Amino acid sequence: MKRPQPNKPNKPNKLNKLNKLNKLNKPNEPNKPYEVVMKTFGGPVLFLDRSNINTDEIIPAKYLTENTKEDLKPFILEDLKLPGFDPAVNTRGAGVIVTRANFGCGSSREHAVWVFEVNNINVVIAESFARIFRQNMFNCGMLAIELPKKDIDALFAVGPEVTVSIDMDKETLIARGTKEFTCKFTLNSFDKDLVLAGGWLAYADKKY
Amino acid sequence: MGKTITEKIFEAHQRDVPSAHNVVLDIDVVMCHEITTPIAVNDLKARGMDRVFDPAKIKVVIDHVTPSKDTKTAIQAKILRDWARRNHINDFFDIGANGICHALFPEKGFIRPGYTVIMGDSHTCTHGAFGAFAAGVGTTDLEVGILKGVCSFRLPETMKITIAGKLGKGVYAKDVILRVIKELTVNGATDKVMEFRGPVVDGMSMESRMTVCNMAIEAGATCGVCLPDRVTAEYLWPFIQDQYQDVEAAVADFRKWHSDADAGYAAEKTFDVTGLAPQVTYGYKPDEVKDITDMAGARIDQVYMGSCTNGRIEDLRVAAEILKGRKIADHVRAILSPATPKVYSQALDEGLIRIFMEAGFCVTNPTCGACLGMSNGVLAPGEVCASTTNRNFNGRMGKGGMVHLMSPLAAAAAAVKGCITDPREML
Repeated sequence: MKRPQPNKPNKPNKLNKLNKLNKLNKPNEPNKPYEVVMKTFGGPVLFLDRSNINTDEIIPAKYLTENTKEDLKPFILEDLKLPGFDPAVNTRGAGVIVTRANFGCGSSREHAVWVFEVNNINVVIAESFARIFRQNMFNCGMLAIELPKKDIDALFAVGPEVTVSIDMDKETLIARGTKEFTCKFTLNSFDKDLVLAGGWLAYADKKY
Repeated sequence: MGKTITEKIFEAHQRDVPSAHNVVLDIDVVMCHEITTPIAVNDLKARGMDRVFDPAKIKVVIDHVTPSKDTKTAIQAKILRDWARRNHINDFFDIGANGICHALFPEKGFIRPGYTVIMGDSHTCTHGAFGAFAAGVGTTDLEVGILKGVCSFRLPETMKITIAGKLGKGVYAKDVILRVIKELTVNGATDKVMEFRGPVVDGMSMESRMTVCNMAIEAGATCGVCLPDRVTAEYLWPFIQDQYQDVEAAVADFRKWHSDADAGYAAEKTFDVTGLAPQVTYGYKPDEVKDITDMAGARIDQVYMGSCTNGRIEDLRVAAEILKGRKIADHVRAILSPATPKVYSQALDEGLIRIFMEAGFCVTNPTCGACLGMSNGVLAPGEVCASTTNRNFNGRMGKGGMVHLMSPLAAAAAAVKGCITDPREML
């Protein structure tokens, strides 16, 4: 398994392109070789300053009729109402979401993870997650990082323009804005294995 | 130390222990519907892995948007239909035989005590009512479930929720679970199983237990669970009579799944429901719950009766108590979606459908329908719905709409009065 360099977030490279290609679901495409690689993590931060952001806010149910992940792209966070937040403008260029507690509660729809994935947001950092959303993130080889409230507060204080770099080996993240903030995070070893494998399907196919 | 029912089920299904905190379980039933499954099917196909681990353990239904409303939903239905056929999945339910997954599959006897069940639907926790471990999962988990028959979970902790006392007239399972969620909040049970115990749960029908377990996810729980007993055995009897000499033998066998007296719990909470008023949500989160008396007079535009929470025969009977001989308010439109064809046909036989129709209800086919604003019954901005469903998220039933969750009795009362009202006054 090839791993991209840590600390070089969101750099488009061949692996990334291949990965994207493999993750898309185009019903009429011919069979492709089954190959999955780890995603890249980090980038400019989108701050969502509210707890309990639910999956209906992330991707409304009316878009669940889309049959490819790419088609979800324009509808990211469409029903999320936050002061001064315009999903079409504010999600552009973001690579990381930083938010509060119980992110992704509600429905089991993995569309809520895919809509981030197709917008190149592969990391969500929160105080806590709803179980299904968190599992869906790791199952897609993406990062759902839980941090204590004081670290989340510190991340919000780095702003407003912040870029986060993530070192998977050292389980450390660095946020650079008007200030700089560094902290450790902990991944459950199984969740980390899923990320390294590029997701649960790749992991399970080899093992079971 | 003893074990909880969930620990016993986990032990019996353990396939792998990939870390100190995770287990991979063998799954007894993988359930699929047309919203979350087609992308998994397409993905498996694209990877050259278009197969299923065991067609007999996969149950498939088209329920969210049915009959299909447009080309996109017709394609979703077709993907599911074609996939079920080419993989020889016999338990596939299409138009004419379809109903809401969490009402239909129990009715077919697919869920048994001690089973592990997954589905790409958060309300899969409903099936814990049978003493099963049933969890909602995403599409990737579903995909692996379809392909390999396994699913990973963090080791569960259990919250013991004891429902004590006696429910008053006009107060039901829905009121109990809303009261519990109010206390626990929307993430109070995250990564936990809610084990419902106590005399009130013991006295509940399977339908009521399903209503309670259905909303465990609204407190963040992985699963809700009830201990399987005589009520469970009697409900399942048509499907298990070849396995047991009599109901008594089934009850005795089910006991092996019961939590031990010295089992360890992460938390224990007791709710005394004596004197509990009918409950109603007031905000955009299911833990924003009030006594209905505190909301009386709030005007509504629509009533929705149905869903995996409250679309079963018992719910229709309860609502009919109020609707019989009455008309819905002039400014209100009311929709009934019986949860399954069996519920629909039973309601016809019992004269309930006539009561609903004479009151002014529109009766639809069995479907998830208005609950998630995907097909019929969508609200216009600013409109308000009294609903027997399980989610009141902002925009859930249509952008700018407001949903108040309540029992079927309270929804029927709201339909007649045109505003939220204490249904006990109308009994």
